[in-house]
Amino acid sequence: MTALRPHAEDQYAEELALLAASDDRPRPPGWRLSPQAVVTYLLGDGAKITPKYVGPRRLMEVAVSTLVTDRALLLLGVPGTAKTWVSEHLAAAVSGDSTLLVQGTAGTAEEAIRYGWNYARLLAEGPTDAALVPSPIMRAMRTGTIARLEELTRVPSDVQDALITILSEKTLPVPELNTEVQAERGFNLIATANDRDRGVNELSSALRRRFNTVVLPVPASADDEVEIVARRVEQLGRSLDLPEVPAALDEIRRVVTIFRELRGGLTEDGRTKLKSPTGTLSTAEAISVITNGLALAAHFGDGRLHPADVASGIVGAVVKDPVSDGVVWREYLETVVRERADWRDFYRAARDA
Amino acid sequence: MPERLYGIRHHGPGSARAVVQELERQPPEVLLVEGPPEADALVRWVADSGLEPPVALLGYAADDPRRAAFWPFAVFSPEWQAIRWAVERGVPVRFFDLPFAYRLADDARPARPAEPAPGDAGDGPDAADAGPADAGPADAGPADAGPGGGDAGPRGGEPPRRPVDPIGELAAAAGYDDPERWWEDVVEHRGMPAFEAIAEAMTAIREQSYEDPDDLVREAYMRGVLREVRKSYDDIAVVCGAWHVPALARKVAVKDDTALLKGRKKAKVDFTWVPWTYGRLASWSGYGAGVSSPGWYHHLFTSADEVVPRWLVDAAGVLRSEGVPTSSAHVIEATRLAEALATMRGRPLAGLAEVTEAAEAVMCDGEPLRVELITRKLVVGERLGGVPDDMPSVPLAKDLAAQQRAARLKPEALERALDLDLRKDTDLKRSRLLHRLRTIDVPWGEPTATRRGTGTFREEWRLRWQPEFAIRLVEGSMYGTTVEAAATAKVIRAAAKAETLADVTALVETCLVAELSEAYPRVLASLDTRAALDADVNHLMAAIPALARTLRYGDVRRTDVAGLATVTASLLGRVCAALPSAVGSLSDEAAKLLRDRVDGVHTAVGLLDDDELRERWMSTLGSLAGRADLHGLLAGRLTRLLLDAGRLDGAEVRRRLRLPLTVGTPPAHAAAWVEGFLSGGGLLLVHDEALLALLDDWLADIPPGAFDDVLPLLRRTFGAFDAGERRAIGERLAGPRSGEPEAGGLGFDPVRADLVLPTLSALLGREISAEAR
Repeated sequence: MTALRPHAEDQYAEELALLAASDDRPRPPGWRLSPQAVVTYLLGDGAKITPKYVGPRRLMEVAVSTLVTDRALLLLGVPGTAKTWVSEHLAAAVSGDSTLLVQGTAGTAEEAIRYGWNYARLLAEGPTDAALVPSPIMRAMRTGTIARLEELTRVPSDVQDALITILSEKTLPVPELNTEVQAERGFNLIATANDRDRGVNELSSALRRRFNTVVLPVPASADDEVEIVARRVEQLGRSLDLPEVPAALDEIRRVVTIFRELRGGLTEDGRTKLKSPTGTLSTAEAISVITNGLALAAHFGDGRLHPADVASGIVGAVVKDPVSDGVVWREYLETVVRERADWRDFYRAARDA
Repeated sequence: MPERLYGIRHHGPGSARAVVQELERQPPEVLLVEGPPEADALVRWVADSGLEPPVALLGYAADDPRRAAFWPFAVFSPEWQAIRWAVERGVPVRFFDLPFAYRLADDARPARPAEPAPGDAGDGPDAADAGPADAGPADAGPADAGPGGGDAGPRGGEPPRRPVDPIGELAAAAGYDDPERWWEDVVEHRGMPAFEAIAEAMTAIREQSYEDPDDLVREAYMRGVLREVRKSYDDIAVVCGAWHVPALARKVAVKDDTALLKGRKKAKVDFTWVPWTYGRLASWSGYGAGVSSPGWYHHLFTSADEVVPRWLVDAAGVLRSEGVPTSSAHVIEATRLAEALATMRGRPLAGLAEVTEAAEAVMCDGEPLRVELITRKLVVGERLGGVPDDMPSVPLAKDLAAQQRAARLKPEALERALDLDLRKDTDLKRSRLLHRLRTIDVPWGEPTATRRGTGTFREEWRLRWQPEFAIRLVEGSMYGTTVEAAATAKVIRAAAKAETLADVTALVETCLVAELSEAYPRVLASLDTRAALDADVNHLMAAIPALARTLRYGDVRRTDVAGLATVTASLLGRVCAALPSAVGSLSDEAAKLLRDRVDGVHTAVGLLDDDELRERWMSTLGSLAGRADLHGLLAGRLTRLLLDAGRLDGAEVRRRLRLPLTVGTPPAHAAAWVEGFLSGGGLLLVHDEALLALLDDWLADIPPGAFDDVLPLLRRTFGAFDAGERRAIGERLAGPRSGEPEAGGLGFDPVRADLVLPTLSALLGREISAEAR
């Protein structure tokens, strides 16, 4: 396989097959697995099944239950809280196909959600079934699978509202052909939206009502976050074929600690209050800081991850607004980092960065 | 055995229903309830319709009301239901726990009232001790008192404790996070004889658990009462925490029990009913007492059927009342989701966790604030209990009466004015009392603006006692049993909840005027935190004057202001650090505001007896004044402040004065500059010779061509002065200059001037000689 990033259902095909084989609970119509097995697939079972999502179990249970009650699911969260990741794996586990994807942008047109036309055929034959170009959502309705819609709040409001009929009537009329496409059982929609971009194109309350909302939080404990970062860094390093560099757990822990402290506005020992920078400092950014540091160490360094390799990445992630974030970072560096005896080399590296 | 033991889960609606059913089925002759026996006489009040749960039995030492404990009851408490049942049918009720008097008298452990822990499965007299005296000595916890407690510990490093909520733990072991749903599912729906099963389970658990020595003493006492009651009754019902059931059923020799109880002293205690709230019931959960979701339990107890839909309908109601559009469709979908969740988790019934998560996903759009709203209004609930009007008074009211006597202040319904001189002891006491009462929402006195005198030792009040204060006192008694303790607890809570820096600053002043020394450190800590987080330098600066005033004049009240100085200094440090970035690019309004703030802080710094701070402040101002991007108003003001402080000499100031009036400066900036420089009243110009001379020289220096441009600016500033001041300035300028002594004028007579020196020396406390001038 040469794909840079294989789909979830391909990459974890073994695990899915394993779960399907041992799954004896009732499966909702159109589902490949029972709801319990889907939750197990997401959270792992501690043995054969690797955890895909590290976080509160109840969130995944609510998400899967939502799909069972055929309500659409809206995953909310700040950037980098694994919204897309979760939606991909949910689709892979429930319908074995995570490719029915619409990327929401400011330029997303109604055709991307409903259907478009093959204009050559339209001109030649007039409106026929063959001239119709179905959207991923329409295909999902026909096949009874899960469709995904990324960044729902970026989509213009009038286009968003095209979803209302689909979600409430579970049907998509095609007036040009005087037909309609009725959703097969098993069809559902998972949308993701970014907390920070709220208000860009706020969902209308009619549409909102069709979604159950699950907010994905930033990881609750430092250990969870270190685990997430370490695992993803390892996977990424493998798929990017980075030269082997032992990802020093200490550095990962340090990056995670810094991100958590600045994000929460409080040091981990709970003693010192801090100002928070404007950036989100998500787990995903921590992952990219470490990966970046590994690449630096492998190609330009001595093959070991040093504080200096991550320092510039951290500064870049923290200081998004040069004025206010700069103050925050300097204050943090001077009051917190400097005091920590075993952070000396990092302090020096960060000051020079 | 003539008695039936009903082991219950405290505050468990399931237990409550089961107990009432059992009592109906087999009515006993007498009912024994776990609780303080001194409160037996208060049982009759339960029949009074005025006594409305949630209420609590409040017990306190007669000579020291600060040592107190609460035994709360909600409508869904099994004890409450059992007592209600008995009182309605005329069945005698007795509390049969270890008397509270024994616990109080236990001088070896003075802090015990803080944690009397008679409750097993989680009720227990809620610790009452908002009183600082009790909170102080941190109790080592009951386990430490136990001999050889170290080996039997069920949990690794922690000191061994018995399960606080054994039924809850049974439920948790069965995979339920809501013990009441477990009870409903396992006990009620399967129709098993609940209490036998619970007793068996407890016997099994207790064999493996650590025994709290306190429990042993209490159970010995309970067995003693039981023996005594057996003599006169044949049919006894006992309602107690499930934990105690095995111990009460066990055969124990009388002499063993008496040995345990021997040598206990009794203190004199009083009991009364006080109103309670669901919020309090929940907030005490930190002690392992109380429940975290009283509103949910209330719902479980009161709704006969359709528990989940009814709950979600209520939740929708809460959201609608806050203006969140919530339709019936939302409720339908939330109900479906809750049930789907329960199914997926393998539970036959949706519990609190499921309905909350369903409400969050469907009705709240995942918005944490709305979830919190539901939690506050519904899961915890805001129900407030009531007590009949003729209930014997609460200790807080007694304490207030005592303080009123001590301060010689009588409550009167008619309004009257009171003038206090804080230098007198009685008046100081009165002032403190009034301030404290204001903090616990009993505004008996309202401070009025002082009309005469600016002395900080004067306070004027308008007093008026209103009948509803009595109720507020009863409500206030849940915070503490004395005025001071209640006020302290209130202020600490307010400090923890305060959102802005100004709120906390106000609390600092409250602490000082009401002399709440226990609350003081907590409020200061909170102040420090808020200051660290507050990015707006305006807020920080606004907080400083009040603090400095307190620091300077606080000693009129003879309060201890240590600690405040540190906080003020750190606040000023933050201001000095943040000011440079805050003064750039200001609008006119913002500049005016900041000018006032700078003036305020400058005055405050003058009040502080700290040269280092003053130095820091002045050097900050100095570095600011030279900046080019400064708003004119500020630049002028800062130059003036520096001039007054002697940081700039006349020549430099003249140079700076000239700058704004040159070609490169827009007129508005120049106008603002002059205004900033000269604001503060014309009177100063009349008397400050140097300043006047400076201004005069500068004015004379202006070339004739430019004078026309400057004139409107000057007029604008001088126009704001009083007519009298303007005339006086004019007269000064028209008159002779100093340094040119004029014959026949009002000369200076050194002999007459020297006459004031002795008095002046006495006032200032240091020798002033004529030569020094």
